[in-house]
Amino acid sequence: MLTEIQKQLLAEIADLHKVPEGAYNIRANGEAAGRNSTANIEITSKTDKPGIDITIRPGTKNESVHIPVVLSQSGLKEVVYNDFFVGDGCDVVIVAGCGISNCGDQDSAHDGVHCFHIGKNCRVKYVEKHYGEGTGRGKRIMNPRTEVYIGEGSSVEMEMVQIKGVDDTKRDTLARLSAGARLVVHERLMTHGDQRAESVYTVELNGDDSSADVVSRSVARDRSRQVYRSRIAGNALSSGHTECDAIIMDAAKVLAIPELEANCLDAALIHEAAIGKIAGDQIVKLMTLGLTESEAEEQIINGFLR
Amino acid sequence: MLELKNVTFGVEDADSTREIIRGVSFVVPDEQFVVITGPNGGGKSTLARLIMGIEKPSSGQILLDGQDVTELGITERARLGISFALQQPVRFKGIRVVDLLRLAAGRDLSVGDACEYLSAVGLCARDYINREVNASLSGGEMKRIEIATVLARGTTLSVFDEPEAGIDLWSFQSLIQVFENMQKRAHASILIISHQERILNIADTIILLADGQVRAQGGKDEILPELLKSTVPVTCNRILEGGAAHAD
Repeated sequence: MLTEIQKQLLAEIADLHKVPEGAYNIRANGEAAGRNSTANIEITSKTDKPGIDITIRPGTKNESVHIPVVLSQSGLKEVVYNDFFVGDGCDVVIVAGCGISNCGDQDSAHDGVHCFHIGKNCRVKYVEKHYGEGTGRGKRIMNPRTEVYIGEGSSVEMEMVQIKGVDDTKRDTLARLSAGARLVVHERLMTHGDQRAESVYTVELNGDDSSADVVSRSVARDRSRQVYRSRIAGNALSSGHTECDAIIMDAAKVLAIPELEANCLDAALIHEAAIGKIAGDQIVKLMTLGLTESEAEEQIINGFLR
Repeated sequence: MLELKNVTFGVEDADSTREIIRGVSFVVPDEQFVVITGPNGGGKSTLARLIMGIEKPSSGQILLDGQDVTELGITERARLGISFALQQPVRFKGIRVVDLLRLAAGRDLSVGDACEYLSAVGLCARDYINREVNASLSGGEMKRIEIATVLARGTTLSVFDEPEAGIDLWSFQSLIQVFENMQKRAHASILIISHQERILNIADTIILLADGQVRAQGGKDEILPELLKSTVPVTCNRILEGGAAHAD
């Protein structure tokens, strides 16, 4: 049974207000709290280490898998390995996410290692939300590592969101694309207090006509620090674009390091990075509509992180 | 009703203070359409910013419906009933046109209501309502959305800084229509900074501002012929012919 706190965490990270339809696996305080396989999506526990295998039968369309993780026990630290095997011709949505509520004084940590083996001609949407809460002095820590191997002609869209409450994060994402594959990443990040967040994306465009678009929008408040490093290697006839757009506030610091590596004459790669405080004229405009300065800031940030 | 009493405003240069507005006084009565015109660099945009509270005068008084608002900030003046369409509208990543209109209206506008404001400024509402107010919109589109936000606010005083800049000639007549419709609202008064003869033509009062001072003020029949005769600064005549975008 899930506690009220755990249910609340589930609502935050996966918009889940009840047990989801379709395939799911809910992990709460290091233990399985619910699992459902379907005719096309099979979830099994790993035998050699903590984690699950999610196997999606070829040709599965319009189905979803939810694999949320919630931690409400202070001091719990875990590393979980989840592998996804997506057969050819699938069209699926995968919702992961982690919520930590830490009211104690010991650090709580969840490190999810996700590996996606995606077949040919698939469409996969992956959503990962991170959320932390709790009044204790213990930190809420998440270090996700994601590997994505995208088969020929498949397209993968990844939405990575961390808006609140996670004290320390190192996100490491590696993607390898075959011919005709496409990857779109939208990262949205907000840090506050003394939080630290580091995101590293490494994308290898290995097949002809592959393309990647890696976009991060972030807001750093208070004394928080962020590092964003995005590296795209064009190893074939391919196109890659990476963009980091950050708003800094208060005494926050942001370091953006876009990297491009062209190893093929027909690789077309672009990077953009912009860091700055909220433009004064944006605040003035919203104030002329009757908003206070702080209401204007909130609207600008909410829109930016939409 | 808006009243300016002997307003001055200066900016600090390297070793001196340069006066941009020098003792300006005028009244915008209720249900009146007042146009401020004059040469570039004459202080028109600064005057509009002083009225909105974006800049504070060095001396003098600004009154709205009899209340002294000189020391009030932008938000307070906005809430008391001043709207302002900027000469160069601001872009926002992630904020949609409908969001901006809702913020302007101060309520959760229905899509239908939002569409009405957009249609009034000549935009096909369906195409724009969910677009972000970002760099993907052209200058002309931004100008129209800016005007739509002022319509959505529906305040007693609306100030427009060169609304015609960037609006194509085809749409000009409907822009004039927008102002005429606004004027019909009870107690609504409009203050427009413009160089456009067609806008000057529908004014109740024209104020000529040059070198930070009111050089002439009166009905359009009185002022317009003088302006066109070029009795005042040469640039003014040229601007009146040219019409479009000129920054102060």
